[in-house]
Amino acid sequence: MSGTTLWIAVIAGSVGCYLLKLAGLSVPASWVEQRWVARVVDFVPAALLAALVAVQAFTSGQELVVDGRLAGLAVAAVALALRAPFIVVLVLAGAAGALVHVVTG
Amino acid sequence: MSTRGRDPARSATLRDAIGLGLAVGLYGAAFGAAADAAGLDLWQTVTLSALMFTGASQFALVGVLGAGGSALAAVGSALLLGTRNTVYGVRLVPLLRPHGVLPRLGTAHWVIDETTALAIAAPDRGLARLAFLAGGASIFLTWNLMTVVGALGAAALSGPALAALDAVVPAAFLALLWPRLRKGFPEAEAQRRVAAGGAVVALALTPFVPAGVQVIAAVVAVALAGRPGRAPRPTAEEEMA
Repeated sequence: MSGTTLWIAVIAGSVGCYLLKLAGLSVPASWVEQRWVARVVDFVPAALLAALVAVQAFTSGQELVVDGRLAGLAVAAVALALRAPFIVVLVLAGAAGALVHVVTG
Repeated sequence: MSTRGRDPARSATLRDAIGLGLAVGLYGAAFGAAADAAGLDLWQTVTLSALMFTGASQFALVGVLGAGGSALAAVGSALLLGTRNTVYGVRLVPLLRPHGVLPRLGTAHWVIDETTALAIAAPDRGLARLAFLAGGASIFLTWNLMTVVGALGAAALSGPALAALDAVVPAAFLALLWPRLRKGFPEAEAQRRVAAGGAVVALALTPFVPAGVQVIAAVVAVALAGRPGRAPRPTAEEEMA
């Protein structure tokens, strides 16, 4: 792919993502106060974040994969249950992932 | 703004925001490395982190390009993942109330998973603004700095370091999700059902849809929450009253 095509993707994607952010902030307050909007807004992030967790931990391209990321996720869950700070959770998860990589070669 | 009786809360808010910035910075290095591996040059990588500034969309864009997808598919995936920032913006309006064109344009750039989570978690509207601004500043700085480090240092990373970065990404999303599943969060039970549904839908669709699409499709899990007629939960100010 040419450098120009890549630049177009970078700029178009960036402008589009910015406009999506701006659109949310520009919605009239009366819309936000509607019950179904409030409901969607309360629940959509949980669905998306859980999907991102699943996809980032268990997939590689189109395939389902189990590897060191699962160990990292399990360690992160335990750390979160013990109310460890965010940075500690990430460091422990990273260490678990690296350990699995070293052990399994 | 009165800070009487709120100094410990302000300190805690700042500490959380800066801590989150440092943590997300680690993840910026992973993005720099991923962009380098996908064939983007340093300036394209740096431009993405500065202008797009929404991690999952950035990963989606370079992920599709790196997997041989078209530029159109790459941009499409980034935009699909970016739609949740629209939802976050809607959620943030009553908390941040950006009045005027410039504050709105400036605020929009920092509307991401982490700043939204910080603002929503804050105990009142003043602290929500502080959390959003401090978190946004801290994340923007470390994310861009570590993107450069990652892009330049990608070649030097060995196997275990890459495996560690791979494991950090899902853990970071889990940490963002976690408070919603805890007892005490409004409708935690329903939040847990939605989260489980989202994960299952995303994994089930992964073999069949283009990268990134399964994440958006997972919002059908919201339908599992039940009780459509519930009362809206009180705003931060009502809770303070």
